[in-house]
Amino acid sequence: MYKIVRKKILNPTVTQMEIYAPLVANKAKPGQFIILRVNDEGERIPLTVAGTNPEEGTVKIIFQVVGATTELLNHKEEGEEIADFAGPLGVPTHTEGIKKVCIVGGGVGCAIAMPVAQEFHRLGAEVTSIIGFRNKDLLILEDEFRECSDRLIVMTDDGSYAREGNVTVPLKEMLEAGEHFDMIITIGPLIMMKFVTLAAKPYNVPVTVSMNPIMIDGTGMCGGCRITLEQDGKKVTKFACVDGPDFNGYEIDFDEAISRGRMYFDYERHAHEEVCNLFKKA
Amino acid sequence: MAIIPKKHEMPLQAPEVRAHNFEEVALGYTPEIAAEEANRCLNCKNRPCVNGCPVNIRIPDFIMKIKENDFEGAYQIISESSSLPAVCGRVCPQETQCEEQCTLAKKFEAVGIGRLERFVADWHNSHNTEKAKAPEANGHRVAVVGSGPSGLTCAGDLARKGYQVTVYEALHTAGGVLVYGIPEFRLPKSIVAKEVETLKELGVDIETNVIIGKTLTVDELFAMGYEAVFIGSGAGLPNFMNIPGEAYKGVYSANEYLTRSNLMKAYQDDPHTPIMKGGKVAVVGGGNVAMDAARTALRLGAEKVYIVYRRSMEELPARREEVEHAEEEGIDFRLLCNPVEILGYNNPDNPRDPKNGFVSGIRCIRMELGEPDAGGRRRPVPVEGSEFELDVDTVVMAIGTSPNPLIKSTTEGLEVNRRGGIIVNEEGLTSRANIYAGGDAVTGSATVISAMGAGKVAAKAIDEALSQK
Repeated sequence: MYKIVRKKILNPTVTQMEIYAPLVANKAKPGQFIILRVNDEGERIPLTVAGTNPEEGTVKIIFQVVGATTELLNHKEEGEEIADFAGPLGVPTHTEGIKKVCIVGGGVGCAIAMPVAQEFHRLGAEVTSIIGFRNKDLLILEDEFRECSDRLIVMTDDGSYAREGNVTVPLKEMLEAGEHFDMIITIGPLIMMKFVTLAAKPYNVPVTVSMNPIMIDGTGMCGGCRITLEQDGKKVTKFACVDGPDFNGYEIDFDEAISRGRMYFDYERHAHEEVCNLFKKA
Repeated sequence: MAIIPKKHEMPLQAPEVRAHNFEEVALGYTPEIAAEEANRCLNCKNRPCVNGCPVNIRIPDFIMKIKENDFEGAYQIISESSSLPAVCGRVCPQETQCEEQCTLAKKFEAVGIGRLERFVADWHNSHNTEKAKAPEANGHRVAVVGSGPSGLTCAGDLARKGYQVTVYEALHTAGGVLVYGIPEFRLPKSIVAKEVETLKELGVDIETNVIIGKTLTVDELFAMGYEAVFIGSGAGLPNFMNIPGEAYKGVYSANEYLTRSNLMKAYQDDPHTPIMKGGKVAVVGGGNVAMDAARTALRLGAEKVYIVYRRSMEELPARREEVEHAEEEGIDFRLLCNPVEILGYNNPDNPRDPKNGFVSGIRCIRMELGEPDAGGRRRPVPVEGSEFELDVDTVVMAIGTSPNPLIKSTTEGLEVNRRGGIIVNEEGLTSRANIYAGGDAVTGSATVISAMGAGKVAAKAIDEALSQK
């Protein structure tokens, strides 16, 4: 069992938890993820590591309540335990040789983008961060980003806070103005990562995207997390759990990934409603 | 006394009943049937069956105990050689091992050794109330990576000799392929749990949720004080055919399909982990895993299940018994057929049609057998212009796996072969001192019992190496 040491509500649908898992805390690096189960009958879900405290033995996770499992997790309080917490999984974000980086985060993806931005900042790279949210109420981690970014641009889709528009708007402006980045790293909804990649393409800036497909074991056994890349004109199957979760944005078949991500959409919506009803009754 | 030419039949659930439930297909011998079957054993001098067994169980000796109605005595003999008798009695391919060598098999059917082993193990599990006793510790510590058949066997053998053994398991439950891969109707999970419990009683410590190569490396295990490490991490990434359409929703690897149903219990009525149920299902492949997937699909409510295999019935690698059971249950074998494309639904008028991107069928080509290949099996060759389509909603690819890269990539000096399997000598020793390996991590996809044999060989070698220290 793994104890929830701290819990913090970041916005109405996003929660941060610090879980006592010393072996994972010792090893996890930005870009890696963990797999957890809330209870004994529960499903396994992957969540990206949002930070670690090796001295204390804790691992920070930030999640959005989107389905049954995240709903159950969100009802756990400080001091309570969850059944399983395994990791770190996946390959850490590649940082070598990158001196000037643009981090583009969207929604809860910003939780994953944050430790990556912090890592680049720690390594002495020049960090530009663009973080986008649907509206002011959903804004998270602004202070954390400000601390580790040389330049921070906050966007809201409806203009209810900071600048109005989506994250590709300022990115395009910068690239158009001749700004150079060694790497753009984008983490967020697939559709956003697709458009960030498209925006960067005319300027030949390398783009890394962080994929978050459906997964079961997370250790390279089930193959559910497979994604298709196009490399040198050939289609190649890769597994996000062991080959990723970071991939070259230009090689990803985003439309396929979007379609596969919705495989259990109806099931998940139903399961989430069931869990919500249970909590309402109780 | 005249020899009864045939084995005593295994009592089974009727096909039309069992095709709709996940309860065990084979019900097991009664003590009466077991005693009668034991009487068929000639107790011959040269005991060829023992050599046919990868873990060399003293087969005639345990059968003699059954004749004497000393079932617990029979169990004690089996457990000298096997850590998982109730498992092996169910999933071992006895027909190509001990039973193939049986003297009786020259003229008649072999003694039903597997059925007797299962009977003895089940009898022990339901009658024995004593806990296994942990032997006196010898002060040596060994780490085992993976709690599948090779790891559990290696751990059990070493624990019986007084070693302090820790088994590290990546998943949340111990058992490896025995819990995520082999379905309930062939190997009830309660039986695996019972065997794991016995190992714990022997003093084996099982740590779940630890991924060796990630959470801890093999070198860190040595730094923690383990003197030897056995790697039984199993097979890895599932293979796909690299044909168009494999990314459509409804295409699973057998590993994923079976893991969802077995480990994550998606077969239950209101599961936490979803799986596609019902409709028409095509399973590609001809091994035991393919049979397991096809029969699971049926039990999940499929109206039609095909096995698509590129060779003929003769080359089908699955156990004969599993194939017969599958046929009885109504699985439709499409032999000498190979998929060339998976077809998907796409509504051109409505890009938001929820069915878009789901599997709608599978296009296959008929095959004929040509010249034998390097392995001696006749190579299947496509028959030009013979393509046809099957309407299906789900496709399960059961065409093997490739070794997992996690340990190799984090263990310096650990040599692997061209296919990624860890290279070991005849004692299970790898290219690194004190690191042993066995099972699918070495051989690629193989059987439970061969993995157990490898775990046993390595345990013996580890004992020889460490007891000299």
